[in-house]
Amino acid sequence: MLALNHMEIKQGGFRLSAHIRLCPNQTTAILGPSGGGKSTLLTALAGFVAHSGDISWQGKSLKELPPAARPISMLFQEYNLFPHLNIAQNVGLGLRADLKLSAVEHARVEGALARVGLAGKGADLPRALSGGQRQRAALARALLRQKPIWLLDEPFAALGPGLRREMLELVEEIRTEQAATLLLVTHAPEDAKHIAAEVVFVDGGQAHAPLPTPAFFAKPSKEVRAYLGI
Amino acid sequence: MGACAEPVSQLAKPLGIAALLLVAVLVLAPVLALLSRAEAGGVSAAVWPAIRFTLLQAGLSALISVALAIPLAKALARRAFFGRGLMVSLLGAPFLLPSIVAVLGLLAIWGRSGFFSDILAAFGLGPLDIYGLKGVLLAHVFFNLPLATRMLLQGWQAVPAEHFRLAAQLDLAPRARFALFDIPVLRGAAPSALLVIFMLSMSSFAVVLALGGGPKASTIELAIYQALRFEFDLASAAQLAMVQLVVGLAAAALAFHFGKAAGFGGGLGAPFQNWDKRRGPAILDAIVLVLAAAFVGLPMLAILAKGVVGLAALPPGLGAALVASLGIAAASTLLAVGLALALAQLIEASPRGRGIELFSLLLLATSPFVIGTGLFIIINPFASPFALALPITALVNAALALPIMLRILRPALSRVRQDYGQLAEGLGLSGWARFKLLTFPQIRPELGFATGLAAALSMGDLGVITLFAPPDVQTLPLLMYRLMGSYRMEAAAGVALVLVASSFGLFYLFDKGGRGAGA
Amino acid sequence: MNKFLLAAALCLPFGSVAAETLTVYTYDSFVSDWGPGPQIKAAFEAECGCTLEFVSAGDGAAVLSRLRLEGARTEADVVLGLDNALMAQARETGLFAPLATAPEGLALPVAWTDDTFVPFDWGYLAFVYDNTKLADVPDSFEALAASDLSIVIQDPRSSTPGLGLVLWVKAAYGDGVADMWQGLADNIVTVTKGWSEAYGMFLEGEADMVLSYTTSPAYHLIAEEDASKSAAQFSEGHYLQVEVAAKLASSEHQALADEFLAFITTDAFQNVIPETNWMYPATGAAVPEGFSQMISPAPVPAPLTISDTDRKAAVDEWVRVLSR
Repeated sequence: MLALNHMEIKQGGFRLSAHIRLCPNQTTAILGPSGGGKSTLLTALAGFVAHSGDISWQGKSLKELPPAARPISMLFQEYNLFPHLNIAQNVGLGLRADLKLSAVEHARVEGALARVGLAGKGADLPRALSGGQRQRAALARALLRQKPIWLLDEPFAALGPGLRREMLELVEEIRTEQAATLLLVTHAPEDAKHIAAEVVFVDGGQAHAPLPTPAFFAKPSKEVRAYLGI
Repeated sequence: MGACAEPVSQLAKPLGIAALLLVAVLVLAPVLALLSRAEAGGVSAAVWPAIRFTLLQAGLSALISVALAIPLAKALARRAFFGRGLMVSLLGAPFLLPSIVAVLGLLAIWGRSGFFSDILAAFGLGPLDIYGLKGVLLAHVFFNLPLATRMLLQGWQAVPAEHFRLAAQLDLAPRARFALFDIPVLRGAAPSALLVIFMLSMSSFAVVLALGGGPKASTIELAIYQALRFEFDLASAAQLAMVQLVVGLAAAALAFHFGKAAGFGGGLGAPFQNWDKRRGPAILDAIVLVLAAAFVGLPMLAILAKGVVGLAALPPGLGAALVASLGIAAASTLLAVGLALALAQLIEASPRGRGIELFSLLLLATSPFVIGTGLFIIINPFASPFALALPITALVNAALALPIMLRILRPALSRVRQDYGQLAEGLGLSGWARFKLLTFPQIRPELGFATGLAAALSMGDLGVITLFAPPDVQTLPLLMYRLMGSYRMEAAAGVALVLVASSFGLFYLFDKGGRGAGA
Repeated sequence: MNKFLLAAALCLPFGSVAAETLTVYTYDSFVSDWGPGPQIKAAFEAECGCTLEFVSAGDGAAVLSRLRLEGARTEADVVLGLDNALMAQARETGLFAPLATAPEGLALPVAWTDDTFVPFDWGYLAFVYDNTKLADVPDSFEALAASDLSIVIQDPRSSTPGLGLVLWVKAAYGDGVADMWQGLADNIVTVTKGWSEAYGMFLEGEADMVLSYTTSPAYHLIAEEDASKSAAQFSEGHYLQVEVAAKLASSEHQALADEFLAFITTDAFQNVIPETNWMYPATGAAVPEGFSQMISPAPVPAPLTISDTDRKAAVDEWVRVLSR
C-alpha cells in the first residue's frame, strides 16, 4: 500500500495537502482541474519536491530516499528521452545507468521495444520519432525497470483517441504482468473509466480520498461536476 | 517544480575543492607574501590617474566589444553559409596572439604607415593616428570582440530549434521576437561577456603602453610592474594588487546581479533553421559578417604575411621551443579541464555556488606579476623555483584559464541540469556514467571551446614563463621575445607565425572537435 | 636542467675547482643562441675546467629584482647585465662583494673607479633613423623638439633605455628639463613598454626615429648588409650606458667567481661582445669594421650613477610633464 501521511506541499502561494491510502497492484487515476496540483503531487512522490508529512510504501518510509532509490518509475509529459542518445540507449538506461549492457540485456531491450511496437527503431534518435513513439520508448524503459510503482503524468495527451486507447491498454497489460501500482494523471475521464480501479480527485488544494471509479462517476460531488462539465 | 541540488560525484568533489584551494592560493597568497616582505611604503597619489584610466579603458573596451558582438553573434546564429564553421573558429584567433604580435599586426593596418594610412595618403589626407585611448580600445576590441561573439553565440545556440519554429508559425513581429528570444539570451550571456572582457582589459599591459601614446595612458598593471621590477616596492605592489581585486570583485558582483540564465528548456537537438526569409535582415547580416571578417582578418593577414617572410630566418632552437610549448600546454590544459569541470560541479551543487564562482573570477583581476612574485617568495625558502619552474608554469596557466572556462561551461552545465537533471536522477544516472552519457555529449561544444582557449592561452603565455624561466628550456613566446630583443625582427616574425599557427591549430582541434559535425 | 642539478650536486661535497659550477644571472638576450652567452661559456669553461651555467630572468632590472627576492639564499655566484643606472640600487642591497682585484685594461669614455662592479661593455643611447627616408637630421634635442619629426621612445618605468633617455635629457638640461619634454611631447608618437616594441614599430615605419643605441645601425650593416640605418649625433652629448658584472657576497664559489670577473676583461670575452651583444667592448679590444662607421659622440656631462631618490624624481617629473 502506498500511503501519503499528512503530506503538505507548499510552493510559493500554492498549497496541496494529501492524506490518502492507495491500494497496490491496481491503476489509480488522478483527475482534477488544471493548476490543481496533480503533476506536483506526482513529482513530490518521485522525490523532486520538498514536502512535510510522510510517504510510505509497504510500511517503509520513502521520504529520505533520493529519487533513484525509490521504487518508482516516472514518465513526464515530455523530455523523457535524452535527445543525443538513440532509442535503444535511452531504453537501455532502464537496465543499467552506465549503459554497459550484456548480450542478454541487449536482447531484453529489443524485447521491450518490440513489446511497445517499436521493433527496429532502436538506432533512431528521438527526434526522428513521432510524439507517440517517443512516449512508447519511455514506456519500454519503465517496463524494463520493473519498479513496483509507476507514475505517469499525462503521457498520452498528444495522441489521437484510437492510439491513446491502444497505449492505455498496453500500459494496463504490462502493469498487470508486473503487478505494479500505477498512478495516472490524465485530463481524459475516459482514460479513468477505461483502466482505473480508483480515482483521486485533486482540487482546491486537496487530494481527496480515492473512490472506486464507478462510484466517482455515478455520484459526482459538486466540484467534480464542475470539472466534468456536467 | 524544484530540482534538488545535483549530487556531486565522488571524484568531482575532492578535485573541485582542490581547484578552489588553488584559486585561493593564487589570489590571496601572493598579496600576503608581498606584504610579508614589504617595508614601509604606500600607494602614492600619482596612482589615482592610473586607476581612473584603467577603469575607463577597461569599461569602454567591454562595452564596445559586447555591443559590436551582438549583431555579429546574431548574424552567425541565424545564417548558414559556406565556411561558417571555420569563421566561428577563426574568431578565436585574435585572443591567442601575444600582445606584441597583435600590436604590430594592428599597426600594419591602422598605423601611421599602415594600410589605411596609405590609402588616405593617396587622397592627400594625413596618416591615421590611433595612438591614445582610441588605439587602446581598438586593440582591446580586436582581441575581445571575437570572444564576446562566441559567448553570445553560445547563448543563442542554446535556444532549441523548436522555439524558432514556433515563432515562425506564430508569425511574430521582429519586436516580439526580440523580446522573446534576444532579451533572455542577452540577459544570460552579455553580463558574463562584459565581466570577462572588463577584467582582461584591466590587466592589459604591453598593448596599453604601445598604443596609449604616452604616460596619460598609465594603468594599475604598469604601476605594479614598476613597483615590482624597478622600485622593488613590495608594499605598493601589494596595495595595487588589492585595488585590482576590489575592482574585480565589484565588477563581478554587478555582473552576477544583472545576469540571469535564459532557461529555454530542452529541445530535441534538431539543427537550427532560420524561417525568416526577409531580405532586409539578410543583407544586414551579410554586411556585418563582411565587416567583422575584415576587422579581424586584415591584421591577421598582415601577421601572416610578415611571418611568411620570416620563415626563411628561423633559428635552430625552434623545434625544441615548439616541443616545450606543446608540452606545457598539454599539461596545463589537462589540469585546466579537470579543475574547471570539478569546480563547476562544485559550484552547481553548492548553495554558495555563486560566491565560489565570484571568488574564482578574481583570478582574472590578479596581475600575473603579482602572482609570479608572490609564488616566488612562497616557494623560495623551501625549494629552488627553477626546479619547479615547469610544473608551476603549467599550474598557473591552468589557473588563469579557469575563470574564463567557468564562464563558458557554467551556463551549459546549468542548462543540462535544468532540462535533464530530474530525468537523470530518476533513472539513477550518476557519477562517471552521468558525465559520459549525459553531461559530456550535451556540453561538448562549450567544453571544446573552453579547452581550446585554455590550450592556446598556455601556448601564448609570455607572463608566467618569464617569471619562472628555467635555465635551458625556452618556449615559443620566450624565443620570439628574445629574438626581438636582439634586433632579429624577421626571425621573430617567423617564430610568431609558427606560434600563432600552432596555437590556433590546437584551439581549432578542440573547438571543432567539440562542435562535431554540426557547425 | 638535469645537468645543472647533477653538476650542482657534484660540486657540493667536493669543492675542488675542477668540478665546480659557476652560476651567472644575466638578461635574456645574453643567453640566446645568437647572443654572447654560448661563446663565452665555451671560452671560459676551456680555461677554468669548470661548468658555467647562465640563468636568464628578463632584462637587467628584472635580474636585480630577482636577486632581491632571493636575498642571501640566491644560487647566483655572479650577476652580469646590470647597468650604471641600476648600480646605486644594486649596491644598496648589500648583496654584492667588493672586487678582489681592480679590473685591468679598461678603455671606457670615462674613468672607472668602482670597487664592486666590473664593466663588460658600453654604448651610447641615440635616436636611430632611416637615412633613405630622412634628409633633415636634427643635431640636438632642441632641433628635434623644434622639428615635426615623429619619435617612438620607451617608458622609463619599465625599460632601461627609456630610463636612460630621461636621465640623458635631465643631465643635458638640468632645471630646464620640463620645458624640453614639453617641446618633445608633440614629437612623441607613443611610449612603449620595452625596446623591442619600439624598435619593431620604427622598422614598420610608425615613426621617423626611435630611441636606441649608436650601435644599432652596426647590426643592420654587418648582419643584414643594410646601410639604411643611421644614428643622429646630438650636440648636448649622449647618455653613456655601461653594463656591469659583480660577485655575490653569498656565493660559495668565491675564487671561481673572481676568476670569471677577471676573465671578463680578457680578449677571449671582449672579442665576443661586438657582434653578439652589439655594444662596445669595455677594454680596447678590436671592433669589426662596421663599428668604425658609427657616430662617435661625447658623453653628456653627468655622473655615471644616480641615486634612487634622484632617479625616482626624474621619472616622476617626466610623467607629470607628459601627462598634462
